[in-house]
Amino acid sequence: MVQLTLPKNSQISDGVQWPKPPGANRLTEYRIYRWNPDDGRNPRIDTYYVDRDDCGPMVLDGLIYIKNTIDPTLTFRRSCREGICGSCAMNIDGTNTLACLKSMDDVRGGCVKIYPLPHMPVVKDLIPDLTQFYAQHASIEPWLHTETPAPEKEWPQSRNDREKLDGLYECILCACCSTSCPSYWWNGDRYLGPAALLGAYRWLIDSRDEATGERLDNLEDPFRLYRCHTIMNCAKACPKGLNPAKAIAEIKKMMVTRQF
Amino acid sequence: MSQTPGSAQRPLSPHLQIYRPMLTMTMSIVHRITGCALYFGTFLLVAFLVATAISPRAYETASWLAGSIVGKLVMFGYTWALIHHMLGGIRHFIWDTGAGFGAVARERLAQFTIGGSVVLTIVLWAAILLVK
Repeated sequence: MVQLTLPKNSQISDGVQWPKPPGANRLTEYRIYRWNPDDGRNPRIDTYYVDRDDCGPMVLDGLIYIKNTIDPTLTFRRSCREGICGSCAMNIDGTNTLACLKSMDDVRGGCVKIYPLPHMPVVKDLIPDLTQFYAQHASIEPWLHTETPAPEKEWPQSRNDREKLDGLYECILCACCSTSCPSYWWNGDRYLGPAALLGAYRWLIDSRDEATGERLDNLEDPFRLYRCHTIMNCAKACPKGLNPAKAIAEIKKMMVTRQF
Repeated sequence: MSQTPGSAQRPLSPHLQIYRPMLTMTMSIVHRITGCALYFGTFLLVAFLVATAISPRAYETASWLAGSIVGKLVMFGYTWALIHHMLGGIRHFIWDTGAGFGAVARERLAQFTIGGSVVLTIVLWAAILLVK
């Protein structure tokens, strides 16, 4: 359901202003969402200053700098630092993206504001609970379904058919798109969200898959698929440049064309 | 994910409060608002038709109301909402064909919807006032 305001335990209060690193010439201000499950307090915004001469150019570099030199309790996910793993997805400067791909210099307004992915239960600081997101991905059964006996070698696919998967298979499940979507905010328990639907389309148009009908049956639902109202936040947020909104439109088209 | 003791009290991360407003997102909201406005606008239209059916006096009162400054403002707003919602519908129709999803195309469509609705509303009212 639409609930525009935050619940009482989620409202944000003022946080700590951490000291500037001594002797630094170039500073970038970070304002970061903090929540500690162990202290019983509401979330707060802490302010930090990153010494740009002692730090890499990306927002993630700044977070690692803060964790290493200022506040070791700052908690966030990160792994590959090059846009492949999808771990450091967060809301930076008002939009969802990967901290490792976002340059500090590209942040508008000078100060880097960071929140966890929107409208998600927070585990700690910048870490959202993605259990439901992964369960939705599992529900579209993202693997090859076949009935014909498996060929001796591999399932063949023409170059043309393989090209249809471009722009779909690259999804890294970072959840930037789904958590940018107001429809997913209000109906995330029943609407599958852009990421799961992009994944669904990836299997729907795979020439080797033999369960297209069952896959479409599974999506034929007022919420699972049709809660998409083409708001387009997903396509704008995707750090890999994919277009979940278009994939969803293609599924809707398949729903219509299969009737003829 | 393990269920920690405190997990029931997990806060909800901020959403609408912190998300940067996008043009296409705003257009989606405006499409909803104009849709609601049309609902009530149609109610006013029905009230006018009912008044014409009741009696000449009721019709005169309704006409006076519609011709007053407030009435004209409401009708101007209704016209804009109608045209904006119609152009929004065409935009959604284009999307239903699978076109207009590109980074440039989706912004252009949104801009055309706003610009088109304002221009068409003004042209329509200018035409009505001139014919009168």
